[in-house]
Amino acid sequence: MKFERFGTGIAKGLAVTIKYLFRKPITTQYPEERLTTSRRIRGNELVWDRTKCTGCASCAKTCPQGVIRIVTRVNPATNKYDVEQIEIDTGYCIGCGLCVEVCPYNALYMGRAYECAKYQRGELVQRDDTLAESAERQASGYAHPEVAARLPQQTLLLEKDRKKK
Amino acid sequence: MTMLLHPSLDLVKNIPAIAADWPGGFWWHWLVFTIIIIAFVLVLVMGYIYIERRAMGIMQARLGPNRVGPFGLLQPVADAIKVMCKEDIVPIKADKIVHWLAPIVAFFPVLMIFAVIPFQNGAVLADLNIGILYVVAISSISTVGVFMAGWGSNNKYTLISAMRSVASVVSYEIPVVLSLAGVVVIAGSMSLNQIVLAQNIPMILFQPLGFLLFFIGALAEINRSPFDLLEADSEIVAGLHTEYSGMKFALFYLVEYAEALAVSSIVTTLFLGGWRGPLLPPWLWFLIKVIAVFFVMVWIRTTMPRIRIDQLMALAWKFLFPLAVINLVITAIEVLVFPAGLPWLLILVNLAIMAILILLWSKLFKLGGGRIEV
Amino acid sequence: MTLKTEPYVINIGPQHPSTHGVFRMRTTLDGEVVVDLEPIFGYLHRGIEKLAEERTYTGFIPLTDRLDYLSSMSNNLAYVLAVEKLARVLVPERAEYIRVIMAELQRVASHLIAVGSFLNDAGAFMTPIVYMIREREKILDLFEMVSGQRLTYNYMRVGGVSQDLPEEFLPALDNFLEQMPLYIDEYDQLLAENEILLARSKGVGVLNKETAVNVSAGGPVLRASGVKWDIRKADPYSIYDRFEFDIPTGTNGDCYDRYWVRVQEMRQSLRIIEQAKAQITSGPVRSEVPHLIRPPVGEAYGHIEAPKGELGFYLVSDNSIAPYRCHIRAPSLLNLTALRDMIKGWKVADLILIFGSIDICMGEIDR
Repeated sequence: MKFERFGTGIAKGLAVTIKYLFRKPITTQYPEERLTTSRRIRGNELVWDRTKCTGCASCAKTCPQGVIRIVTRVNPATNKYDVEQIEIDTGYCIGCGLCVEVCPYNALYMGRAYECAKYQRGELVQRDDTLAESAERQASGYAHPEVAARLPQQTLLLEKDRKKK
Repeated sequence: MTMLLHPSLDLVKNIPAIAADWPGGFWWHWLVFTIIIIAFVLVLVMGYIYIERRAMGIMQARLGPNRVGPFGLLQPVADAIKVMCKEDIVPIKADKIVHWLAPIVAFFPVLMIFAVIPFQNGAVLADLNIGILYVVAISSISTVGVFMAGWGSNNKYTLISAMRSVASVVSYEIPVVLSLAGVVVIAGSMSLNQIVLAQNIPMILFQPLGFLLFFIGALAEINRSPFDLLEADSEIVAGLHTEYSGMKFALFYLVEYAEALAVSSIVTTLFLGGWRGPLLPPWLWFLIKVIAVFFVMVWIRTTMPRIRIDQLMALAWKFLFPLAVINLVITAIEVLVFPAGLPWLLILVNLAIMAILILLWSKLFKLGGGRIEV
Repeated sequence: MTLKTEPYVINIGPQHPSTHGVFRMRTTLDGEVVVDLEPIFGYLHRGIEKLAEERTYTGFIPLTDRLDYLSSMSNNLAYVLAVEKLARVLVPERAEYIRVIMAELQRVASHLIAVGSFLNDAGAFMTPIVYMIREREKILDLFEMVSGQRLTYNYMRVGGVSQDLPEEFLPALDNFLEQMPLYIDEYDQLLAENEILLARSKGVGVLNKETAVNVSAGGPVLRASGVKWDIRKADPYSIYDRFEFDIPTGTNGDCYDRYWVRVQEMRQSLRIIEQAKAQITSGPVRSEVPHLIRPPVGEAYGHIEAPKGELGFYLVSDNSIAPYRCHIRAPSLLNLTALRDMIKGWKVADLILIFGSIDICMGEIDR
């Protein structure tokens, strides 16, 4: 095979690389700087609202992994079901969000956290009132546009790294 | 060679020459310079590792190491400490003595090359008048070390990789030596100090083709990109470093960067004018030039893919070797025919010859039995 | 006196820095030249086809994400098309446009990784792959905006997509479409004419037309061998017949042609996205389909032009909430059957390069 281009291809490649020496790198120095995640992030831990939940267990039926377990009992005073215990195994959860989509009473939200490592496997199973919304456990806007509207905008790499024509 | 020593071009008239047995007698001179050379090599190798990782990182739109020390400057120190604390594993059926000696045999010749490189006018450990011949001879010994490493590991992959290394080093010796011969012919002496003194105009302008050939050949000899197929993980694991761990691996790593340092020092001395320069002290110019040459090597490594082993051999024998021979012949003719000619005319003539030769040769260069045309 | 040599067998094992995933090859080498090759896979088998019989039709969508994990949207789309054929569900128009935009963005993202790792195998020490991963990050940011995750999107549903686009999506997409062609040009300048790359990949690993058609290769591997076959034009699904785009075809069928075809396909995808963005309508994004869907008895085969080839889902239903049988036609597996013919007579360094140019993903092959 002939080098019909006698080195110009190599020279062009070198020109591209040297230009990068003068551009700002796009690295984000984690953990000092963090990016804002999407408003609809399907984070690790779920958020459950006890006041709205009726114990219909649609979420448990829809979950592909069988992660949610609900135990209800009849409350004779109000003639409705009360949720006695809800247990979610976040170790098995694949974060698909089907449970959140299907809940008819808007009682279930995805969480926003993504750094939820635990030291013991037993702590991955979360129950009852640990699932309530709090400052550490914020609700994400997946399938809930009113929550998404309140959350901050996502940082986009497109804005950080612009190329001039 | 009167053309280079033309008095109108002498920019560095008054540099005092350091005597051959400064500071006081033969043995003190030897001791001081040995310490200087060892310190120079070790510190600059660490600097090289840092420059390579940082510069390569920025050229890839990311940061290099920047956590250890300010701007990551202590990163090579951290690497050195880590590698010293590792366990030294030797395979059971390996040839113990050969396995143990190989890194040492690979490392010492590289240190010995620095004995003839001038840091300032006359500041050499030993101003041999066969300087270049010494350099070429010594640098071939580290190939023996590489082969010992491949053999002593009792592993067929390292043996393949070591044999390839020997084959490629032997093939690339010839164009390298011939391009060095071109420099010697123009400067009229083999002593490196004399060659630097004779360069009122840097030799790269007189021998552009020689510089290119030497640079490519030297990159191939030290197994750096784009010729680093011996350490590529496209191959089966890591080539001849596979069975080495701990301090012996550190020595091989050091050999790689020390050889790069040696090659950049030789290129600086022979082609770029060594320690000559207008304002700053001479050893500072030497450092700047050495680091600049290494930066070009890092730049090339970041950009180019690897070539294959048979393409490597074809490049040496069919492309570089004939060009090196032609370069030597043309240089000899010029020296005989125009001994006192105008330097600028000769520079232009040389550049034109280089361009024509490269164009012509690329048209004629065929690889692999002429399969598909590019 | 001649030297007696004999071929030896090397195992390029499942853990290796250059095989794309857990793939094992037993190669017989004669000196440096490869004489024979036996591929062994199955290290990533997870039983996805059997799991489909125990999940509902909608509940299986997250599992299809994990087949070819580098192009999840395409997997979702192929499966959802099969279910829609089976259950005879119509899709609203805005959903169709959104699906096309997502599928083409996914094609660009997948080809970026394919080209980047091909150049990485050629030895360019991570520089091209780092640049291309940076572009892919921009696309993943867009996907994160829409679906909430960056790798396994679970975005398509039976009868449309799961949620509408947020309002900052289309301006960001504009921004992306403006900049991406400049970056593709920069990569061309970096490595498309590099002599070393040309010497390594031109004429290497040739797959001629008849062999490619006989092994049912698909995608860029087939098109680089000279066969002009693209499912988007040959059997249009969704609304691809409304867009205007070319099909890049190679001539020789060597590694360089496969690389070139992928780069050109990226440009064509950007063209399609621009047209879709201009034509997008408003309306619902999902038709009224229950979560637990019970299609009538029957079978259907839904196929799309995934970035790696023709991805197809064959579903058999028996009127229950889960499929009776689900079979996945994985393009990487069929492309891989051509590896043995492509590799005979080349050296070990070429083996890695040729293997990288086919661009496989082990998640699909082993399922």
